[in-house]
Amino acid sequence: MTLTLGHFLSLGAILFALSVIGIFLNRRNLIVLLMAIELMLLAVNMNFVAFSHYLNDMHGQVFVFFILTVAAAESAIGLAILVLLFRNNSNINIDELNTLKG
Amino acid sequence: MDVQTGFFYLFSAMLLFAAFRVITARNPVYAALYLVLAFFQAAAVWILLRAEFLAITLVLVYVGAVMVLFLFVVMMLDVNMDGVRQNFWKHFPLAATVGAVIALQMAAVLMGGFRVGEEPRAVVAAGAPQFSNTAELGRLLYTEYLYPLEIAAVILLVAIIAAIALTLRTRKDSRQMDPSDQVRVKARDRVRVVRMAPTLAAPPPEPEIPPPPADTKS
Repeated sequence: MTLTLGHFLSLGAILFALSVIGIFLNRRNLIVLLMAIELMLLAVNMNFVAFSHYLNDMHGQVFVFFILTVAAAESAIGLAILVLLFRNNSNINIDELNTLKG
Repeated sequence: MDVQTGFFYLFSAMLLFAAFRVITARNPVYAALYLVLAFFQAAAVWILLRAEFLAITLVLVYVGAVMVLFLFVVMMLDVNMDGVRQNFWKHFPLAATVGAVIALQMAAVLMGGFRVGEEPRAVVAAGAPQFSNTAELGRLLYTEYLYPLEIAAVILLVAIIAAIALTLRTRKDSRQMDPSDQVRVKARDRVRVVRMAPTLAAPPPEPEIPPPPADTKS
């Protein structure tokens, strides 16, 4: 039994489903939410790399490269916003993020 | 079942276990460390897919930079876990439903006649010892994808500036100097030369105050 494209796509799908569940479960915890988003991006990248290998097309790997770049930028800015939030509110409780509601 | 398949199942199992622990860990530090494990396993799976450069990049960029950033923030913030964890399992049925739907849809697509490339097509000279994944990726990046690469660089620059600008603060109680102000200063800002007449005429002598009139009554 050799590895097929289906194996890797299934792995990516299960990983994506797990991180969606994680977003539902940790909806109060911003830090773990960011981590779940990273896991989702990892699952998508897994699909890209698998297709790139099985279709013999390097462009998929280039796309993974750009996704990695954007994900790094996203997590850096997200964590900066978290730090700023903690500095102003002295907690990162999502339930108290309603100051814009007036 | 050859060795490669065995390794695939090993890495996948550890990856899924680590991902499960990331989303259920009670302590965010443990979640971050399990995420590191997940990234390592994903890098191993990518090496099975012959994407060596991306695997190394994943380890270097994610484990080396992003996860350290995560750990730093997790340890810096004093998160009250009790408030965060309450009602943790409340939405689990909904979450499990959504997750199962996603997994089942993907499985349906895969099982229902999805037959693209069961075998690595022509295996890009995969056996050829000269083939270098890194060189091939670099050739594509610097020729065909040059402008997107520049845009990615600009995105990273913007991210740096945004992160610094968001978290920068000047403390009220610290006395610091502003070098640009110091450089721009002119002599006339420091010393004010008051122009005066060279000499002044001596003031006219005060008129002699007459002695108080003597009391003549006595």
